[in-house]
Amino acid sequence: MKTEGNQIEQNDIDIVDESPEILSRNRLMWRKFKKNKLGIAGGIVVLLFYLMVLFGGFLSPYTLDHKDYSHITAPPRRIRIIDEEGLSAPFVYGYEASMDPETLQRNYALDKESKYYIDFLYRGDNYEFLGLFNTDLHLFGVNEGQMYLLGTDETGGDLLTKIILGGRISLSISLLGPLISLIIGAILGTVSGYVGGIVDGVIQRVIEFFKSFPRIPLWLTLAAALPANWSSLRVYIGIVVILAFLGWTGLARMVRGKIMSLREEDFVSAAVASGSTGWWIVRKHLIPNAMSQLIVSATLSIPSMILAEASLSFLGLGIRAPMTSWGVLLQEAQNVRTIALHPWLFTPALFIIVAILGFNFLGDGLRDAADPFSN
Amino acid sequence: MFNYITRRVAVMIPVLILISMFIFFIIQLPPGNYLDSYVALISSQGETISGERVEKLEERYGLNQPVYVKYWKWVKGFVFLDFGNSFQYDNASVWSIVKAYLGYSILIAGSTQIFMIVVGIPIGIYSATHQYSFGDYFWTILGFIGLSIPNFMLALILMYVGYFVFGIPSLGGLFSEQYITAPWSIAKFIDLLQHLWIPVVVLGTAGTAGVIRTMRANLLDVLNMQYISTARAKGLKESVVIYKHAVRNALHVIIMWAGMRLPKLISGSTVVSIVLSLPTLGPIIYTALRSQDMYLAGTVLLFQCVLLLVGNLIADIILAVVDPRIQYN
Repeated sequence: MKTEGNQIEQNDIDIVDESPEILSRNRLMWRKFKKNKLGIAGGIVVLLFYLMVLFGGFLSPYTLDHKDYSHITAPPRRIRIIDEEGLSAPFVYGYEASMDPETLQRNYALDKESKYYIDFLYRGDNYEFLGLFNTDLHLFGVNEGQMYLLGTDETGGDLLTKIILGGRISLSISLLGPLISLIIGAILGTVSGYVGGIVDGVIQRVIEFFKSFPRIPLWLTLAAALPANWSSLRVYIGIVVILAFLGWTGLARMVRGKIMSLREEDFVSAAVASGSTGWWIVRKHLIPNAMSQLIVSATLSIPSMILAEASLSFLGLGIRAPMTSWGVLLQEAQNVRTIALHPWLFTPALFIIVAILGFNFLGDGLRDAADPFSN
Repeated sequence: MFNYITRRVAVMIPVLILISMFIFFIIQLPPGNYLDSYVALISSQGETISGERVEKLEERYGLNQPVYVKYWKWVKGFVFLDFGNSFQYDNASVWSIVKAYLGYSILIAGSTQIFMIVVGIPIGIYSATHQYSFGDYFWTILGFIGLSIPNFMLALILMYVGYFVFGIPSLGGLFSEQYITAPWSIAKFIDLLQHLWIPVVVLGTAGTAGVIRTMRANLLDVLNMQYISTARAKGLKESVVIYKHAVRNALHVIIMWAGMRLPKLISGSTVVSIVLSLPTLGPIIYTALRSQDMYLAGTVLLFQCVLLLVGNLIADIILAVVDPRIQYN
């Protein structure tokens, strides 16, 4: 009898648990997103990447100005914590440079004589922290000797530093491009879907016009049209605009479709009946409802932006010195010979692949979560 | 149907006129003109170019005239396939250059297309019929990786592997050196096949991943439909249910996708073609842009736009043929 009573109680609790709890749309989405393990993993990777580039100056042991001409294309050195006598403070071995007299090839041997201990929070070259103030504090580095954890490039720059600071350009371009696309797409899509008529017709023809261009050749052509005497900052802005230039069309189409279907919904009729103005309906009812899908589409377009920037810079039509980006770094790994001799010059590619994978998984998870009522 | 096609083609003409204006506008943007580069090129080769010749060229392209005159000079020859001349290639006509490379562009894109479909559809069917099995997960993850590796990097990786593992000195190009200028023969064709697989694999990997995912999703949708249960209930063999009833209806999207993909493959292969030094339109537009060979660059871009529009039209037509439910009005 007692057990039966318990069981009933248990059942009651279950029922209470499953009673329809009113959750906001955002919380429903978050619930659904949390179930997608790959999406979460992608989100974490993306977050780590952004943190890495945000605190890039602090995390990187050197600065972009660092050019070590006595260590050009030096191979990577790993951090060691065990030396001949056993456990030790973290250190790196030095390089013993020699030149092959026949091929004029530089060779770097492991110099076990020179050991450089790694200093944490050491004072190195000056950089600007978050664009706020100048400091020379780096997370880690060596006071004497060299520490090139990922090797050096053909100008003797530290590849790790260049990848971290180049990621700042690559990732910000791929974020700004879709952001501008999103704003243009949202405005034109809403106008097109809400106003309709001739305005809709004109905007749709403009979209069709832009859609009839092949992306990569048009990107190349536009990038080649950037004047050679522009500063690297202006080129950077130019590339962002070029990438956004073709990206907004798909978003505008999507918003238009969404707005057109929402316009027929009862809650919009109710808003009209209660005397809301058109602008109020658009701002308070239509855009918030279309927003989640819009953000998802923009996120899904980030990988192709990373790729576009990398391709343009790889071909020498993108970011220009003194700025650097992952694509610029890959310029040095353009032929088999270089990759064969200095395989570490290919590391920026790994960063690109991991970043793209992260964004793909995140975007996929967001897409599933954006429609919390479907299965 | 016929009316539909005529109307679509008729709409394409004003669009193409607008496109040609826009392309001309962008190509005009960089400061300096191609004649300056041409003169610089000639003098760098130690030759001199007479002032008379420069004037003649200026006249030919209306270089000192307003933009719309220059545009008209470019456009009016289109009907006779006269797209101007390229200064890079010894003043050869742009059409002869485009003609020489367009074929290989289409060959590579077409082979890639076939590769994607032949490889992607069976794997997609397997993934859908063995949902959540080890094989399904394996292909899903491989597909994601395939989608995430940029094509040009895959080309570099493949060249690297070819060099170190197989000892092939260079994987670039479409022919071995001795066959490049040789006339067509069986040996040359075999040589072509030996080179062709590399760009096909490089360009096709991401697309194959796309085919697998699309095919899997569509087939799963179809397999949940009632007529499939009916087919099973009436005792049809599972293979008949899958291949005759389910797959046939899941193919529509793939066909539409394939039609729209072909022109994109031609323009999407630009960077890979440059890395692998393939004789396609990609490297042509790249070098033309870098040396301000404007008529060549503009014409290649225009051709790629035409291919894109025609490809979309063909995709729509094929879709109407395979799926009679689609109606045009």
